[in-house]
Amino acid sequence: MEIKVLESIFAANENLADKNAEVFKEKGIFAINLMSSPGAGKTSFILETARRLSGHHKAAVIEGDIASKVDAEKVREHGIETVQINTGGACHLEANMIQKSLEYLDLTGVDLLIIENVGNLVCPADFVLGESARVVILSVPEGDDKPLKYPTIFSSCEVLIINKIDMLALSDFSMERLEDTVRKLNPNVNVIPLSCRTGEGFDAWMGWLEDKLSGALGL
Amino acid sequence: MHELGLTQSILDIAVEHAVKNGAAKISQVNVKAGEMTAIVEDSMQFFFEYLAGDTIAAGAQLVIEHVPIVIRCLQCGKESEVEQLDIYTCPHCGEHAVELVSGREFFVDSIEVE
Repeated sequence: MEIKVLESIFAANENLADKNAEVFKEKGIFAINLMSSPGAGKTSFILETARRLSGHHKAAVIEGDIASKVDAEKVREHGIETVQINTGGACHLEANMIQKSLEYLDLTGVDLLIIENVGNLVCPADFVLGESARVVILSVPEGDDKPLKYPTIFSSCEVLIINKIDMLALSDFSMERLEDTVRKLNPNVNVIPLSCRTGEGFDAWMGWLEDKLSGALGL
Repeated sequence: MHELGLTQSILDIAVEHAVKNGAAKISQVNVKAGEMTAIVEDSMQFFFEYLAGDTIAAGAQLVIEHVPIVIRCLQCGKESEVEQLDIYTCPHCGEHAVELVSGREFFVDSIEVE
């Protein structure tokens, strides 16, 4: 006898992600799933974003790493509510880890949650966390051909940050070639070139974010 | 990439539906997998045999039907099958703005029970 099932194999994760999304909505929190390869500048990007928001918006951070508290300590030093997840070898975050870590975060007054995924351009793309938006960072030294090599992650993000543009003069990275490639994969993506070190280009990112935060708060 | 965990999910789903329908034994599990999920079928077959060992799915066949990647051109509206995860260009008009019709699905379609 045949029994029709029609159940997604990712269903367990997707259901938990939906629950996380409900929590974020209820609390008026805009949640970002921040993904990149290791060393692209996720933590510097978070710190600069939180610094620029301070005074009018409150951010909290979930740090996902295979091991160590290095990033969480760095972020917490700046007075930002942070929890560290150690995946113990797993190469990406899953929705249940986010659900658990929310228990350890004081979300009072928080309107932006940045989830720093494990540095990896492959696996995080397949696991939704309940995020409001996906932001990917690609840094100049990695090269402009990365969207060709890791198409899934570049085709599923709303914003693509090109970090370390202060290093453009030292490399063969072509912003034109990058934009051309990524738009073929993801025609509506917002490409925002910036430097966390010099602050150049950061205003464009803050503009996008402030718009979204107003939306999440229903302003 | 995550074949062990995914195979466990497949098995859990199959057993749950079999039990719900009062079946005592599962003889076949039919999965549909889009080509973009990039699963390694050999590993999945190996894990399935191992994991199913002490369940009502012991000895069952895992049949994975691969679903091709199909894109629809936003310019000319035509659908075409493409071979691999790559930058999609409509083969009819050369337009780059395309949407995905199939290729990303990954689900347990049905089970055969006794």
